[in-house]
Amino acid sequence: MSQSLGARQHHLRVEDLTVVPLRHVWLWISTAVVLALLAMVFWTVGTNEAYDWPAVGRYLFHPSILRGVVNTLMLTVTIMVLATIIGTIIAIMRLSPSRILRTFANAYIWFFRGAPALIQLIFWFNISIIMPQITLSLPGLGVVFSARTNDVMTPFLTAVVALALHEAGYMAEIIRAGITSVPPGQTEAAATLGMSRRKILWRIVLPQAMRFIVPPTGNEAINLMKATSLVSVIAVDDLLYSAQTIYARTFETIPLLSVVAIWYLAMVTIMSIGQHFLERHFGRSDSRGDGGGFRAALRTALNPMRGRRT
Amino acid sequence: MTTDSDPSLHAPENMMVYARGVRKSFGKVEVLKGVDMQVPTGSVACIIGPSGSGKSTFLRCINHLEDISGGLLLVEDKFVGYDLIDDRLHVVRPAELCRRRADIGMVFQNFNLFGHLTALENLMEAPIQVRGLSRREARDRGMALLERVGMAHKADAWPRQLSGGQQQRVAIARALAMDPKLLLFDEPTSALDPELVGEVLAVMLDLARSGITMVVVTHEIGFAREVGDQLIFMDGGIVEEAGDPREMLRNARSERTRAFLSHVL
Repeated sequence: MSQSLGARQHHLRVEDLTVVPLRHVWLWISTAVVLALLAMVFWTVGTNEAYDWPAVGRYLFHPSILRGVVNTLMLTVTIMVLATIIGTIIAIMRLSPSRILRTFANAYIWFFRGAPALIQLIFWFNISIIMPQITLSLPGLGVVFSARTNDVMTPFLTAVVALALHEAGYMAEIIRAGITSVPPGQTEAAATLGMSRRKILWRIVLPQAMRFIVPPTGNEAINLMKATSLVSVIAVDDLLYSAQTIYARTFETIPLLSVVAIWYLAMVTIMSIGQHFLERHFGRSDSRGDGGGFRAALRTALNPMRGRRT
Repeated sequence: MTTDSDPSLHAPENMMVYARGVRKSFGKVEVLKGVDMQVPTGSVACIIGPSGSGKSTFLRCINHLEDISGGLLLVEDKFVGYDLIDDRLHVVRPAELCRRRADIGMVFQNFNLFGHLTALENLMEAPIQVRGLSRREARDRGMALLERVGMAHKADAWPRQLSGGQQQRVAIARALAMDPKLLLFDEPTSALDPELVGEVLAVMLDLARSGITMVVVTHEIGFAREVGDQLIFMDGGIVEEAGDPREMLRNARSERTRAFLSHVL
């Protein structure tokens, strides 16, 4: 059946019709510009002597750099664990029937999330001005414990306290949002089966909230790891501080900053891969296949659409 | 425990659910305005009525998902959420409330299966956590119950992978896993596609024949007629009429009952 499609095209048959794609001129131009810019960046990074790549190679596994890496990791893990515990408590308080607990939780989040991390850090570093002596005395027993604040609050502990309290403000909001994302019918069903409030929270609500908690928490952990570089201002020998100590002596500023950046990127990549597997575990009831193996994990790790604040 | 000897505070013998003058308000809105109901042990009571008549609220009061604002509501001659001591109702401790609720199963309109657990794990959770069964015991009992509702082949499926009818059958099995003496059904087939209603009603029919006490809020008049020992029509927060289902469907006493039935039949 050949149907004519207009006066001048008597002989064109339906089967002979072809589609002419739209020409994406601007797409081609922008691609060319990006490629040109990339070439320039690689050219200058490769040829400019100031980058001093041999020096980067020399310092990449330098003992004090490695010690800095370990300290940065220890800070990140300790702070994140503490922030998650404090954040969970604050989140549960925010959902409590008691208005006083709710108000306290709101105030905590408002204050510790609102005040800049750097200022909180310097404040805790100077806590001995307010409280020169830490004393615990119990009625009847007298003074149980007493020490000079500066002896107790090492720079490392100061960093942990300051950043954990700050980070807990963020974690509280993430965990609260996760808990409220679980439909109330889940709690009711568990209640009719005779489960206690605590068991309902830990066995029914939180496991389902994890699907909503893990992705933003991964972002927080990555942001936190980078934010720990703030502690260099109070002389904790983290990765950045170790590098600064070296280049203050040798003036190899750029190569050492490259070393620091390479280590941070490596650690963030590894954390992102871990996050991928966590998300797959808590999303397994979604049952869209197996969620992807290591290659998919690497792809999510290298996905730039993450991280928003430093 | 009803220690008081006043007979007016007790249910007749062999009465699973006994309600007299049950009132319930949400803020200023009174949803239940004095509900009287008697469900003998081993019987099946079906509650029908227009939406907003308070039938679901009353069901939720039976296992104390909602507290009542007044009246007498006893399960096996005991308050569920209170203890009557020296003429006063004391709110029971959470642990005791959990213990009493464990004996009252409930099936919801929206199934409410635990989304992070497989069908079988849904049946194992409460027996392990509340009754203290071993995993092995809970698994064996869970499988037997899934067999009973015809869902053994889906034991390892996630709730999301099941149809509405299948989810509801698993939800019924989950309630049975606690060996309840009373089963409450809150519009168990209302969220289902019409072709899936039958499989759920078949399971409920099987349960009714096994002799367990059931209170069913439903729109399935056919089920009420065939299975129910008692049909209860609620309207405007009270029980308008209650009686033998066949008798009531043929010849209702109340004008409002007749009007409602003429719409749904």
